[in-house]
Amino acid sequence: MSILINKNTRVMTQGITGKTGQFHTQMCRDYANGKNCFVAGVNPKKAGEDFEGIPIFGNVIEAKEQTGATVSVIYVPPPFAAAAIDEAVDAGLDLVICITEGIPVRDMIRTRHRMQGKKTILLGPNCPGVITPDEIKIGIMPGHIHKKGRIGVVSRSGTLTYEAAGQLQEYGLGQSTVVGIGGDPVSGLKHIDVLRLFNDDPDTDAVIMVGEIGGDAEETCARWIKDHMRKPVVGFIAGVTAPPGKRMGHAGAIISGGKGTAQEKLSVMEACGIKVTRNPAEMGKLLKSVL
Amino acid sequence: MNIHEYQGKELLRKYGVSTPRGIACFSVDEAVQAAQQLGGKVWVVKAQIHAGGRGKGGGVKVAKSLEQVRGHASEILGMTLITHQTGPEGRLVKRLLIEEGAEIKKELYVGMVVDRGTQRVALMASSEGGMDIEEVAAQTPEKIHKVFIDPIAGLKDSEADDIARKIGVPEQSIAQARSFMQGLYKAFDESDASLAEINPLILDGNDRVIALDAKFNFDSNALYRRPEIVAMRDLDEEDPAEIEASKFDLAYISLDGNIGCLVNGAGLAMATMDVIKLYGGSPANFLDVGGGATTEKVTEAFKLMLRNPSLEAILVNIFGGIMKCDVIATGVVAAARQVDLKVPLVVRMKGTNEDLGKKILAESGLPIIAASNMADAAQKVVSAATGK
Repeated sequence: MSILINKNTRVMTQGITGKTGQFHTQMCRDYANGKNCFVAGVNPKKAGEDFEGIPIFGNVIEAKEQTGATVSVIYVPPPFAAAAIDEAVDAGLDLVICITEGIPVRDMIRTRHRMQGKKTILLGPNCPGVITPDEIKIGIMPGHIHKKGRIGVVSRSGTLTYEAAGQLQEYGLGQSTVVGIGGDPVSGLKHIDVLRLFNDDPDTDAVIMVGEIGGDAEETCARWIKDHMRKPVVGFIAGVTAPPGKRMGHAGAIISGGKGTAQEKLSVMEACGIKVTRNPAEMGKLLKSVL
Repeated sequence: MNIHEYQGKELLRKYGVSTPRGIACFSVDEAVQAAQQLGGKVWVVKAQIHAGGRGKGGGVKVAKSLEQVRGHASEILGMTLITHQTGPEGRLVKRLLIEEGAEIKKELYVGMVVDRGTQRVALMASSEGGMDIEEVAAQTPEKIHKVFIDPIAGLKDSEADDIARKIGVPEQSIAQARSFMQGLYKAFDESDASLAEINPLILDGNDRVIALDAKFNFDSNALYRRPEIVAMRDLDEEDPAEIEASKFDLAYISLDGNIGCLVNGAGLAMATMDVIKLYGGSPANFLDVGGGATTEKVTEAFKLMLRNPSLEAILVNIFGGIMKCDVIATGVVAAARQVDLKVPLVVRMKGTNEDLGKKILAESGLPIIAASNMADAAQKVVSAATGK
């Protein structure tokens, strides 16, 4: 078991013919069961063609109907990415994973508004994707640093997710599923949504939750954990030293009006019984200590 | 991206939002001419910099004669204005706004931000204008009223009227306040703003609502489709290192420490700064080289860090995913040679082709200090920077 995706998931790639889409589709297909999982690509101008044997369709509905794919991954450039999400939502896919970085917030506000009442789950945008080790990876994370196991990881940052997985490996701990929720202010799954899934997953024993400055999603999640989580959770928040008012790489990583500081997030998490570390080199060690 | 107050007011006027009449000036003579052109008996001379708190810092002055306009303009133009938002070094004033004086009956507040929780634009308004809104929010949260705007319907008449009444706009001015707030939302939405703040919004002698100040920030993801906004960018207001970095698609932010950091990924870059601090050091910058760093990008990143006279040591922290460690190592070696590196360099590398990367560094003959993990790297760079 795992959350969100497993070896039976069937995936289409929106933006399969671009440089990024091509590269990562290849990498994902080469990982574990990827060859059977990546079944379709979408590009209205290249319908009928194929990408290394993966058939390309003119739109998401066709790709879904012809191949049975229920999940899509998006590498479409920022000006068109929100429309690509809209198309996947309208086609009734189960899960849409948007890797694209740099989508205007105004577009995402409209896309999220359109998604209300629809069944589709959105991960991202501006995220590394999701991996269930030894089964399937959908996104841009390196497959080989992950190992099958029973620890869940959720993070807003890509490389910090890799850091967490790498540290777990040093302690011989594998992962059930690793989810990168992305660094944008308006996005799909939040920490709390992923924690809910891990809570209900019989094959996840504990969770590393990695956050960063900006917004209050970590605080909201921490309060939920206090009341509902049946498994140990440990945390790290990046940006204790970040100056206020500056966008730290990620669009959503900004302390504005004195809100969204790492210190505030760490305090709330601690008050909610979550073990936190201020040392990013000790995420794996801390997790090991609560098992 | 930020713009000046006078530019924000020009934007507002395009959407029918009432502001005082004013003219932007770049010299004292222009300021006097502007006052003449505006007419009237009272003018306000306002320093134009991208920071708040200008009034308290002496950057906003009222003039009651053309001589006073000249006096204030010569005093403010060219001054180094220090406010709570500029830092102790202050900001050189190069532009002025000369505005007609307005009679202030009451100071109110209205602002707009993207609210992450509801994933909508939030309109915030308060009867407590003219002061720091964060203080109002902390001390008297009941005095802040919010509307989360439906992105399709926009700000509805009933919502605008309701919030106007709540902040004390008199009944005869409700219709005007409604068109003010709807115009503000339209300006915000159609220019891809990420923040708008009118503080204060005033009721003048005739009970009209007028934007006495205007602050705008814009979503940098959307600038590609807003050339009219980009045209208002003032590079004098930005950090030269950050401008240079943006040319090479590097995310760079100057900090006041002495340890340079070069990292891939925004989260890891922040975490690297944090771990340096944890071990008693102080980061000189935030620098994310991104997922597709080339030798050229790494070299430019080194040059940027080395421009900082406070720099005492550099920490390179790479978690190679798609980005391979050997590529980064080659870049680091080439850059270190090209810039004739004089400060200690600590490198921590992990992930794809880690061994190959370490080999390249070891065989380069450069005095690179290798570290096994983030904590080890931080300890080593902190002691290298302090010369211990």
